[in-house]
Amino acid sequence: MSQLSQKRGFGFALETGAAWLLAFFWILLLIYAFWAAFHPAEYATRFELFAPLTLENFRIAWSQAPFARYFFNTFVLVTIILIAQFILCTLAAYSFARFEFRGKSIAFALVLLQLMIMPEVLIVENYITMSKLGFVDTITGIGLPYMASAFGIFLLRQTFKTIPTDLEDAATIEGCSQLQVLWKVYVPLAKPTYVAFGLVSVSYHWNNFLWPLIITNSVTTRPLTVGLAIFGAPESGVDWSVITAGTLLSVAPLLVAFLLFQRQFVQSFMHAGIK
Amino acid sequence: MTRKMTRYSLKSQATGWLLLMPAAVFLIAFTYYPTIATLAKSFFSQGTALRPSQFVGLENYASLLDDEVFWKVARNNIIYAGITIPISIALALLMAIWVNGRLPLRSLTRISYFTPTILPMIAVANIWLFFYTPEIGLLDQTLRGAGFNGHNWLGDPNTVLGCIIVVTIWKESGFFMIFYLAALQSLPPELEEAAKLEGASRWTYFRRVMFPLLMPTTLFVMINAVINSFKLVDHLFILTKGGPDNSSSLLLYYIYEVAFSFLDQAYASTLTVILLGALAAIAIAQFVFIDKKVHYQ
Repeated sequence: MSQLSQKRGFGFALETGAAWLLAFFWILLLIYAFWAAFHPAEYATRFELFAPLTLENFRIAWSQAPFARYFFNTFVLVTIILIAQFILCTLAAYSFARFEFRGKSIAFALVLLQLMIMPEVLIVENYITMSKLGFVDTITGIGLPYMASAFGIFLLRQTFKTIPTDLEDAATIEGCSQLQVLWKVYVPLAKPTYVAFGLVSVSYHWNNFLWPLIITNSVTTRPLTVGLAIFGAPESGVDWSVITAGTLLSVAPLLVAFLLFQRQFVQSFMHAGIK
Repeated sequence: MTRKMTRYSLKSQATGWLLLMPAAVFLIAFTYYPTIATLAKSFFSQGTALRPSQFVGLENYASLLDDEVFWKVARNNIIYAGITIPISIALALLMAIWVNGRLPLRSLTRISYFTPTILPMIAVANIWLFFYTPEIGLLDQTLRGAGFNGHNWLGDPNTVLGCIIVVTIWKESGFFMIFYLAALQSLPPELEEAAKLEGASRWTYFRRVMFPLLMPTTLFVMINAVINSFKLVDHLFILTKGGPDNSSSLLLYYIYEVAFSFLDQAYASTLTVILLGALAAIAIAQFVFIDKKVHYQ
């Protein structure tokens, strides 16, 4: 490495500068949002070092839209989806990883098809299905199309396949049934994959917008993203600083979680990506 | 491999299918059935209270060919994909190489690159909206400071799609960076040292060694990017609503409008078939071009 560092000179400085400049541009928007949210409206577009700080924008945002309810809805939504995905994907992945049955490869190909044809594409027909089933304007209705995740099935299958069958044999000799084997051997050993998939899933559904927008039409079901879109619409006449405060409010939990566990986040996305 | 033989029993078959069943029910109900129903519906007229829906053959497709908005939206989508995909992939690779190297303040830089990825598109669109606002927005303020005139970026049909493209590149590059970062970390360090000993420049090393080795990742990222260019339209709702005059509308946004604003589900289904066709083409391309060993082992 000492040879390398000798070569560092102008080129290295230039590259470092470019990398930092890009990073600055990438984070600029967020800094800008913080500025607007924590200063009185008249400073939203005037950048003075000693502009007074205020929390007033957050207070107004919180009182003008039912953010607490939206938070609750989003929380319920991501929890329902995550639990359902874990159960459905675990069972299907176990089947694909450890059982031989007729039509298995076709079934697997059909599952992978959902990686291409995601629920977003089928909004028209799925809306009709939901109205027939009576799930319009329910949190369950938002979650249903996402519960059998091809991505989750694929990821868990890959992990399950790496687990030595000796462990399974030992458990079977101990008298475990197949479901017990799954629960006591496979699930604990696949914990990193569950964490990775869980983080990806939660951030996806926390941020999802189009389908929730279509399927919900009341405060009691709307997730944060839809609530925020209505709150920030020009027709609502709310001023800029307040919209920014509302925006930051709604991303705060995810942003804080990300900054605290950013290593874990990045590793999880990597883990999910290279399988 | 030996287990394969012993396990191919009736019990194994039954258990296999049984375990698959819950997921299969959901996939059938919300992926396969709607796909087929969409296809079927595209051959029927939109029913009204007075005139029930009836079979019209290819009539919906004929009106699609005559629909100027469709052609405009399709063109937008192609331009949008054609620009966002290469730029965000190139930036992602550059970011990954920087962050993987011995950059000072490395983890801070990595956080900056990655942060847009975890924020909802709706939330960041709110902030970008103000960035682009004429006169008082950050962009116009900066330009005026440099002596240029302000511009109504989102109101001008010539600039609006470009604005949307910038937002998308900003949002996606950090996400793709992660995949490159993972791939870079799995490259053996001896390769770079060997190249150095041979006297190869960094550019030569990148072009002849690193980039070819990263090809599977590039293809994987590319597929993701193409899919996203068809399904990610959230920012349009905040920034432009597809306007002005559909200059920034994309296919999925148009489908949304036709189905839920104009309430023409038959025509929306026809448009969805086009979207499904595009995705199927990608799937086939993936099948043909990608070495399957890489991802679906």
